[in-house]
Amino acid sequence: MSSEQEAESIRCLVAKVGLDGHDRGAHVIARAFRDAGFEVIYSGLHKAPDEIVQAAVQEDVDVLGISILSGAHDTLVPKIMEGLEEYGAAEDTLVLAGGVIPEEDRDELEEQGVAAIFGPGTSVEETIEFVRENAPQR
Amino acid sequence: MSMDADDRALLEDLLAGKHRALARVISKIENRAPGYRDLVSELYAHTGNADVIGITGSPGAGKSTLVDKLAETYRDRGETVGVIAIDPSSPFTGGAVLGDRIRMASTVGDMDVFVRSMSARGTLGGLSTATADAVKAMDAFGKDKIIIETVGAGQNEIDIVRTADTVAVLVPPGSGDDIQTLKAGILEIADVFVVNKADRDGADRTVQELRDMVQLGDESGAAGSGGHHSQEVIDAHDDWDGEPAESEDDAGWTPPIVETVAIHGTGVDAFIDELAAHRDYLVDSGEHAEQVRTRYAEEIRTLLREDVHAMLEDELAAAGGIDALAEAVRQGETDPYSIATDVLDPVETCLETLETGSDGSGTE
Repeated sequence: MSSEQEAESIRCLVAKVGLDGHDRGAHVIARAFRDAGFEVIYSGLHKAPDEIVQAAVQEDVDVLGISILSGAHDTLVPKIMEGLEEYGAAEDTLVLAGGVIPEEDRDELEEQGVAAIFGPGTSVEETIEFVRENAPQR
Repeated sequence: MSMDADDRALLEDLLAGKHRALARVISKIENRAPGYRDLVSELYAHTGNADVIGITGSPGAGKSTLVDKLAETYRDRGETVGVIAIDPSSPFTGGAVLGDRIRMASTVGDMDVFVRSMSARGTLGGLSTATADAVKAMDAFGKDKIIIETVGAGQNEIDIVRTADTVAVLVPPGSGDDIQTLKAGILEIADVFVVNKADRDGADRTVQELRDMVQLGDESGAAGSGGHHSQEVIDAHDDWDGEPAESEDDAGWTPPIVETVAIHGTGVDAFIDELAAHRDYLVDSGEHAEQVRTRYAEEIRTLLREDVHAMLEDELAAAGGIDALAEAVRQGETDPYSIATDVLDPVETCLETLETGSDGSGTE
C-alpha cells in the first residue's frame, strides 16, 4: 500500500562557533527560517567545532549555517568541514557561512565546501531562497 | 516486507552503531520517506532492551537541564543515552525553533549521548507514532536509556510521553494555581513527580500540595497515576516521604515526589533511584507486559487510522476536493455528515463485495 504521507521539512542548524558573542544575526536568521517553514536547531553561543559537528550529524540537518563575526573563520570552518567529512556528512549537507568574512577569504572557504557566504546587507529573503533551491535532495 | 538495497545498508550501518545511519533513519521516520515502514518493521526484531523515560512539564520548568544532568549521570554509570527532545512547531508555517540542545551541554563531545530534536509535523497523532518509531531506532542502535522530553501542553504531548515506560512530570515551585488547573491533565500521567528548582521559595509548599493530591487520589481509589500506567493503585504505600513503607505486599504504585535543583545536579541520583524503582515495580507486578500490550494496540490502531485516512484523501479528491465540499456546506447546499457518508460509500460497497465475493485473499 502506498499510503505513506510524506511530511518532509528542511532542517537547519544555525551555529555560533568559537569565542564570538554576537548572536543577534543568528537569532534573526533562526526566526526567519522558522517563519519560512524550516525546522531550526539553534546551537547556542560559544560552541566548539566538535560540538557543531555532533549536532549536525545527530540532527541530520540539511543545512548548516555558521555565523562568525570574530574573524576566526579560517581556523574554525575547516575544523567543522573535517568533522563532517569524518562522519560522512560533508557531501550532502549544505554549509553556509554568514557574518563578517573578508572578500579575500571567500574563495578558500568555498574550496573547503562552503556553498555560499552571506555578508552584511544580505536580505533574509535571499538567504531563504538560496536554501530552498539548494537544500540537498536525499 | 522487503527493503531496497539502500535501506538495507542503512539498517546494517545502524545496527553496527554508526551515528549517521541512526540520524538518517530517524529522518526517514520523520519524513515518512518511501520505505520507512519496512525499515521500522525490521527494527522491531532488535528492540526491547532500552528503558524509556518520558519527561514533561510546563515551559521553563527545567526539563532540558534535568535531562542533561540525567544523561550525564547515566554516562558516568557507563550507560549509553538517547534523547528525543520535542518542541512545538508553528501551526501557521510549520516552521520550528528547536532549542533544547542549548541546555544539554554537559555531554557535548560524547557521541554516546545522541540528542535528536523533533517537532510536531503533520497531523493526527503523527508525532507520537514518529516518536515511538524513533525510540525503536535508538533502542535497536543499542541505547540503554532513552529519554523523551516534551512540553506538557496538551493531549498531543500526553500521547507522546505515554510512549515511555516511566513518566516524570516536572513541577516548578510556586505553581500552586497551575497544579489546580493541571489536575485533570498532565499530573495524572506521572509515575514520578519532580519539584525542580527546589531551592526556590515555595518549593516546600508545592511538594506539600503534590503530596495532598497524591494522597487524595489514593483515598478515592482513583490513582494519582491514571492513564494506562497503573489502573489498580488502591491501597498504595506511602513511600513518598522517604520513610520505609510499612507494607510491601500491596499491588500499587504511588508516585514519589523528588526534589531537585537540576542546574546544580542536586537530587539527580535520588531521581534516578525512583526511576529505577518504578521500572522494577513495572516488571515485578507484570504491569509492564500490560503496558507494552496497550502501547502496541495503540500503535496498530494509529497506523490503520493513518492508512485509512490516506485512502480517504484520495476519495475526497475524487469527490471534488475538500475545498469545494466545504464551500458547498457554507452555501447551505449540504452538510458535513452527508458528505462523509457519500465519500465513504464507495469504500464500504467495495469492502462488502470483497467480504461476500471470495474466500478473502484480501491482504495485499
